[in-house]
Order: sequence, then structure tokens, then C-alpha cells
Amino acid sequence: MLEWWYQLVDFVLPFQWTESEFMKNALLAILLVTPLFGLLGTMVVSNRMAFFSDSIGHGAFTGIALGTILGGIKPIWGAIAFSIVFAVTITLIKTRSKSSSDTIIGVFSSTAVAVGLVILSFGGNFNSFSSYLIGDLLSINQMDIALLAIVFVGVLALWVFILNKVLLVSISESLAASRGVNTLLTEILFTCAIALVVTITIQWVGLLLINSLLVLPAAAARNISKNVRQYHLASVIIAVFSGVTGLILSYFFNVSTGASVVLVAAVIFFLTLIKR
Amino acid sequence: MAKHEHKCDGLCEQHCEGLCCTKIENFGVKFGEHTILEDVSLHIHCGELTAIVGPNGAGKSTLLRAMLGEIKHTGELKYENDEGKKFGASANKNAPLIGYVPQQLSFDVHTPTSVLDLFLVCRTRKPAWLVASKNVRAEATAILARVSAEHLLDRKLGTLSGGELQRVLLALALNPIPDLLLLDEPVSGIDQKGLELFYKTVSEIRKEYDLSIILISHDLALVAEYADRVILLNKTVIKNGTPQEVFSHDESARLFGLSWSRSSSGVPGGASNGATIDASNSNADAPVRKAGE
Repeated sequence: MLEWWYQLVDFVLPFQWTESEFMKNALLAILLVTPLFGLLGTMVVSNRMAFFSDSIGHGAFTGIALGTILGGIKPIWGAIAFSIVFAVTITLIKTRSKSSSDTIIGVFSSTAVAVGLVILSFGGNFNSFSSYLIGDLLSINQMDIALLAIVFVGVLALWVFILNKVLLVSISESLAASRGVNTLLTEILFTCAIALVVTITIQWVGLLLINSLLVLPAAAARNISKNVRQYHLASVIIAVFSGVTGLILSYFFNVSTGASVVLVAAVIFFLTLIKR
Repeated sequence: MAKHEHKCDGLCEQHCEGLCCTKIENFGVKFGEHTILEDVSLHIHCGELTAIVGPNGAGKSTLLRAMLGEIKHTGELKYENDEGKKFGASANKNAPLIGYVPQQLSFDVHTPTSVLDLFLVCRTRKPAWLVASKNVRAEATAILARVSAEHLLDRKLGTLSGGELQRVLLALALNPIPDLLLLDEPVSGIDQKGLELFYKTVSEIRKEYDLSIILISHDLALVAEYADRVILLNKTVIKNGTPQEVFSHDESARLFGLSWSRSSSGVPGGASNGATIDASNSNADAPVRKAGE
């Protein structure tokens, strides 16, 4: 299925680090998933939703745990279903409730992660699931990549359709409503997209680092951009660059790929901070 | 289409010479147990600048948001005009096209969103992260020029001053030209000069486009100078009339600590900066702007 990709990499990037198949898979996965993090991250940062997106990661973790005990199906389907329900629920509660949304998100987030830990540690064999905490990017197989390709197209299409609305809601909900934007539907679609991408990626990047992948490229791009087009372009470039550089570094230094990617993004963030 | 029936329930003495009229009938809003607004009925005429004044918590902003349909309410908003469908108006003649300037925005000040981006996301379905439509740019430049803000087109929203942002939002609300313009003035953050420029611009626009304008105001002196009609609101309409009528009303004096009714001329228009406003009343909804604000 991916023969064309393997040949392309051998031809374009005939290096030591691209020799093995798992590295080629990982590279393709990174090229598919990092642009999505770059895009979604822009509005996570502009909407001050860093904490919210973090909790979505926690929901995804519980989802994977539930998927695992349900058995029969791959954990990922249970995880996607659960984290979308989780994301919609906290979005609804956040908009309905008048008390601080931070507190509500915190409550849901910690409950979710506790439930996930209880399920996965049941019977005392948590170690076999610890990869969900730190992730393993080199475990990606062809099925994962097929799923990722579908999500890539889907989220890109959604972003073409809803970015204008998400941006307007982030500036002023009243103004958006007066312009005929369905603010609740917009927020739900946006959070579902985050939930989907985060859940699929969490098995490779891990619960601990997933949120920084979403926040760092956009936060760095925000420091150096003047308008929405620059913001998106810079965020996507920084995300892809960090992803590929992190992958290469992790190969040569034999360290966690997710952590390397986040470190590269963090370095870029601090550089842009100086520039600002 | 029937001409606007002249039934103003004795609230408006002026004749209704405009061809269109917005009627608010028996608006009521409740948040849980709390009644925010009750029994609010108003007629708003084209080409008139109607100012809403009232103390904090009087339900002024809530009234505008109810008119926008953002908040659940009882009662009806009706819009009538003589020509049926006006140019630029929505297909349903009873649903006016409403332009709205919110009291405050909630954006992150470092967000990389330019004034042009704001027009793009409001005016086109094309994704603003991919294309910047030349049409929208031209349109935005033209309408920004109308409010003396064309130089702000490529500035980031977070770098605008309060007055600049207010003019940009006004231009946005005028694009497309609405039937009804709702302006919710910020309580603070705009200097006196910026405020006067804003009132002057709004006043010109009213004449130029024959709009119905409702302005929630905190500056009684400017209201007296520019508004055609003033509505004193405190959960319901307490007084509706010309600035002179409303400001000489006993309830105004009680709510604002106004001493205008006792001032020699009885006409507050000349008294710029609200020199006769008694600032000691803590109930006043920021009618007095401290020097240097």
C-alpha cells in the first residue's frame, strides 16, 4: 500500500535514518499530523484553550482504557468515540455554566485521567500500557497511516469551512451571533476536531506531551505574525519542522521521538519570544 | 405595505416621518428567578439616533442582545418599511438587517488578527487563513474611511486604542449597511476626544444612510448634544422623549443625581462635559468622565 512512499523516500532522502520501514512510516505520519496540530493550535492559542485541549487529551486516555477493556475492537475506536463525547460534554457544560470554566474542566480532566488509570492498572499490569503516557512514534503501522490520511483530509476540509467562524467567535461571541454564526455548533465542531486528532496521535506522542504539540507551534507563530494568514503559515511550518527535526534527532540520539519534537518546538518558541 | 401606523402610545410626540420603523413590543427577559427586563415597548424611527441611558444593571446591554435574538425573551421585534424590501435588507421585511457593535471584545491582545481579517471573516466564506479577498479589502477600506479609520486596515486588533477599535467595529457593523444599528458603548477605555469623534460619526451616518440607531450611552453630555431621542431604562422604560424631556424628568434626577432640571437654561445641550452632573451619586452609570480617563 505504501510502496510508492518508500520508493519516494529512498529516492529523495537516501539517508541512514530513512532506511528502515518504521522510520519511513513515522516520517509520513509526522508529515500528516503536524500540519493539523499547526492549524488547530492557532485557534487553541487565540481562544485561550490550552487547558481545555489538555483535558481533551486526558479524555482520550480514558477512551483508550475503555477501548482496551471492551476488547474485540481496536482500542482506538473506543477512544475516538469516548473522547468526542467527552469533548462535546465539556463544551456544553462550559457554555451553559456561569462558574469558572477552568474549574469545571479541571474536575472533568482529573476524573477522566483517574478513571483511565484505574482501568488500565486493574490487575496490576499497568506497565504494558505505559506507552500511552509517553507514546511510541516508531510503532506506527500502515493501518494507522491510512486512518491518519483520512483524518488529515477531513480536518483540512473542516478547517476551510469553519475557520472564519471559529475566529469570529474567539473575538466576540456576541458579534459572531449578530453575524448569524451558530456559536455553539462552531465550538463543538472545533473541539471534536481537536479530540479526533489528539486521540489518534496520543498513542505515538503520549498523554504527557500531546498538548505541547498543539500549543507550542501556534504560540511561537503568534509571536511573529501580524495577520491570520501569516499566523497559520508560520504555525504549520514550525509544527512540520519541529516534527521532522525531532524525528531525526530522536533517531541519532536514541531518545523518545515525541519529547524530541516538543523540545525542538520549545526552542523555536523561545527564539520567537526574543524576536517579539 | 401599510404606512407606519402612528400609534406611539403617547410616548413619542414627534411625528413619524421616516418610512420605516422598528417596533419592540412587550420585551421581557428573565435569567432564572431574576427579571432583567419587563414590558419594554419602543418605537425606533429611521434616521433617528436613540440613546438608551440608565444605571448599572438596568438591562441596557441585555435589551440589545435580546433584539439580536442572542438571549431568550418574550415579546416581539417588528420591522416595517414602506418599500417592502429595502436595498441590502434581508428577504423577510419583518426581520431587519442588524448591525451590532458589542460593548467589549474578548480577544487575546497578542492574537495575530488584523482589522482586515475581521472584515474577511465577517464578509466572506472564503477561508481567511488561505486567501485575502481583494473585494473585501476594497470594501473595508471604503467603509473604514467613512469612520476615519482607513489607516488601521492592516493593524493588529490588539494594538488599537479603545477609540480606534470602536470606530473599526462601527465600520464593520456598517458593512453591509444595516436597517438597524445597535451600539453598545464601552463603560471606559475611550478618551473624551475619541468619544466625541465617535458620536459625530454616528450622527453623520444616521443622516447619510437613514438608519435607525440605538446607542447605549454612558456620556449624558454627548447624548444631549447628539441624540434625537433618549430612553431612560431601568428594567422597563421609565421615560422616553427628547433629551430635554428625559433629563428634566424626576426619575432621571433620582437615578443619576442630575441637577440639569434645575439648571438655568433647562437645556443641557450646551453643558459640555456634563458640568452639572452630580458625581456623588454612586448609583450613576459612569455619566462623569474623570479628567485624564
